[in-house]
Amino acid sequence: MKLDARIPAGPIEQKWDKLKFDMKLVNPANKRKYKVIVVGTGLAGGSAAASLGELGYNVGAFCYQDSPRRAHSIAAQGGINAAKNYQNDNDSVFRLFYDTVKGGDFRSREANVYRLAQLSVNIIDQCVAQGVPFAREYGGLLANRSFGGAQVSRTFYARGQTGQQLLLGAYQALERQVKAGTVKMFPRHEMLELVVIDGRARGIIARDLVSGEIEPHVADAVVLATGGYGNVFCLSTNAKGCNTTAIWRAYKKGAAFANPCFTQIHPTCIPVSGDYQSKLTLMSESLRNDGRIWVPKKKGDTRPPSQIPEEERDYYLERMYPAFGNLSPRDIASRAAKRVCDEGRGVGPGGRGVYLDFADAIRRLGRQTITERYGNLFEMYERITGEDPYRVPMRIFPAAHYTMGGLWVDYHLMSTIPGLFVLGEANFSDHGANRLGASALMQGLADGYFVIPYTLGNFLAGVKPGDGITAGHAEFEAARRAVEERLRRLLAIQGKRTVDSFHRELGHIMWEDCGMSRNRKGLESALGRIRALREEYWQNVKVLGEEAEINQALEKAGRVADFLELGELICRDALEREESCGAHFREEYQTPDGEALRNDAQFAHVAAWEYAGEDASPIRNIEPLEFEYVHLAQRSYK
Amino acid sequence: MKLILHIWRQKDPQSPGKMVRYEVQNVNEHMSFLEMLDVLNEDLISRNEDPVAFDHDCREGICGSCGFMINGIAHGPQRGTTVCQLHMRHFKDGQELWLEPWRAQAFPVLKDLIVDRSAFDRIIAAGGYVSVNTGGAPEANSLPVEKTKADLAMDAAQCIGCGACVAACPNASASLFTAAKISHLALLPQAQAERERRALNMVAQMQAELFGACTNHGECEAVCPKEIKLENIARMNREFIRAACLHREPARETGGA
Repeated sequence: MKLDARIPAGPIEQKWDKLKFDMKLVNPANKRKYKVIVVGTGLAGGSAAASLGELGYNVGAFCYQDSPRRAHSIAAQGGINAAKNYQNDNDSVFRLFYDTVKGGDFRSREANVYRLAQLSVNIIDQCVAQGVPFAREYGGLLANRSFGGAQVSRTFYARGQTGQQLLLGAYQALERQVKAGTVKMFPRHEMLELVVIDGRARGIIARDLVSGEIEPHVADAVVLATGGYGNVFCLSTNAKGCNTTAIWRAYKKGAAFANPCFTQIHPTCIPVSGDYQSKLTLMSESLRNDGRIWVPKKKGDTRPPSQIPEEERDYYLERMYPAFGNLSPRDIASRAAKRVCDEGRGVGPGGRGVYLDFADAIRRLGRQTITERYGNLFEMYERITGEDPYRVPMRIFPAAHYTMGGLWVDYHLMSTIPGLFVLGEANFSDHGANRLGASALMQGLADGYFVIPYTLGNFLAGVKPGDGITAGHAEFEAARRAVEERLRRLLAIQGKRTVDSFHRELGHIMWEDCGMSRNRKGLESALGRIRALREEYWQNVKVLGEEAEINQALEKAGRVADFLELGELICRDALEREESCGAHFREEYQTPDGEALRNDAQFAHVAAWEYAGEDASPIRNIEPLEFEYVHLAQRSYK
Repeated sequence: MKLILHIWRQKDPQSPGKMVRYEVQNVNEHMSFLEMLDVLNEDLISRNEDPVAFDHDCREGICGSCGFMINGIAHGPQRGTTVCQLHMRHFKDGQELWLEPWRAQAFPVLKDLIVDRSAFDRIIAAGGYVSVNTGGAPEANSLPVEKTKADLAMDAAQCIGCGACVAACPNASASLFTAAKISHLALLPQAQAERERRALNMVAQMQAELFGACTNHGECEAVCPKEIKLENIARMNREFIRAACLHREPARETGGA
């Protein structure tokens, strides 16, 4: 497989402008003749579908939820970064670029990250114009706050619901196009297969989740914006429906899957309370602006927090990383939490938790200010745990949250299958081995509003609309049959275990052996256990009901079947990457003080996995990464 | 603890539905209401019975997917809370609960507790946006917005579109939902150009979807998980009357030279 990232030549600050000028255009009158499918309606997919509709393309937008407004971007709490330098604290496009490359532990592509930083300023303009109610100062101008991994205040926010407000902005723009007739919405539809004809992505097979009908949809290009695969851990901060099916089907049709082992564990989530638990809830990183993280200095200290005097508390992030303190990047904060809990100093049931304490901030700023900043998060915490964080410190613990890995894309955001574009969390490109807080929203919207409208046009300008392909084509027929057979097979097994029980077991394997820290022995054992579990799945899963009806168990069954395959690829990737970088921490490779030890000589590259068939091992292709502008160095937040 | 549930079971939109009684054992007080239903569903599957279908996704109270009536109250007894965030510590051992889908002509039942809320999308499509194409935006700080107005706009914009307001309203009115979007945008300077058209078109669409009219019961505000205030409906009415007085669609132009 040839990996050509198609990065334009020239100085980094001119690459995007140069490419924009070099790209081909589609005549306005011809745009409506091109059919584009967008799968997923979160920040990336929603903004892409709306923008492509505005340009006049004939867009079909798909989501599994009952409305495009419910995509999981809606749950992003803290904010969105942009290099506006409104605070006069010496921020710049270059600094945001630098922070993101460094935060990603030098495993992202410089050119992509620079473009992201450049576009960040346009995103804020666009969203404000749409009426997104960002937080403001009394003078009427936009307010900012700080986030992990940065020493400037560049995060724009709408209380603790920034993702919601940005998504509703994109959703409203999308509905405007639905009304205008440029976008046709397919809610409650799930993509179950990608159709590739003559080496080009030409459409999808989708299931209507209400009627159960299997539908072919033909297009001139397919855009996947289907989010991350964090639910491979079963318990994660993702929505229940988030899944890998769309990108996994594309992988099996020839799209390379890059860096699957780069999975982010978020440091501040509400701890697990029991084995019935269905998901984990994030407490925004923004809380670390004012909250202080600590555990007792003594092992097994079971006193309530109020009775532990100041000198017997270990504010371990402030102690270990004095420069960044409680705002250390996520991978570092998560590992530090794991370490103190492994030492027996964790708090709460099972000792799997640390305190996030607001007492100092409430004393300093007053309860009113804290309520204004974090009121809804405090309420959410209290609803879930029954404890009042104004009086007792929150208990938090890391949880699977975001996946930096995803389908490999070039600078145009096109995968290794021509005509298949991948946006947002579903691709791999911008966050390297660790994503900084408030950067996911930025990337999703940059991809959807400002990159794909140009790069897709360039692609479409080179192909004829329709090109004689219809839904009756043999490849569409074959793909439809394959989808139907798979669903029937799942229904026919009639085994003894529910889909959820398999998903929980997979999640347990992944969390224990491929979570916050990994080692060869654990990964090898996980590979074997995942394979065995997958075999059992296809013998012993129990899915009731029928195909031609709303069947939520059948939907879940297909998704978990794909997670069972993806889990293996993640472990394999983690095994082969013999270094520690960002969120990927291999115990064999660490500095004497326990920090991630990169191996730039051998691993300063993207691992892009190529599917080689049901019985063959996938092929590990390499895209070397070059760092011309941000020099390779060990990350230090001390 | 143990619970007795009576749940509305309906195979599809065409079939008649009925309440069916279930017992759920070993309910833990830390479970969310939906986790309790997950436990019930696992149990039903083990007994070869069709699990209860309900919409849900984020399970953190923000996506707006979930929601049903618990003992006649939309989203159940805790104020400002969706069912996914409602925890079992608010219920008593042995308690009997009746779960029903949202009931409204504009929200047909699809299966069990799942209803079709696409009418909400069509209300937004009728005008719940600012018509600004990607790329045409001015510098964000070139237009200051008074903080108090921005905060009020945000209060309204928090609506998650779950439909509880409709289910709670004796008239099955979508006034709170529609008003929340009209208010959010009417309060912001960047949305003024379409202020009148938006109010007229969104209200017209709400009526076309067969939602009822508002007669000031206030049930919607009481059950809204985001605690969207009734004053938004007052603002919508003002916006509508103002628009009815001020707004004229221009006569069709005959084209240029």
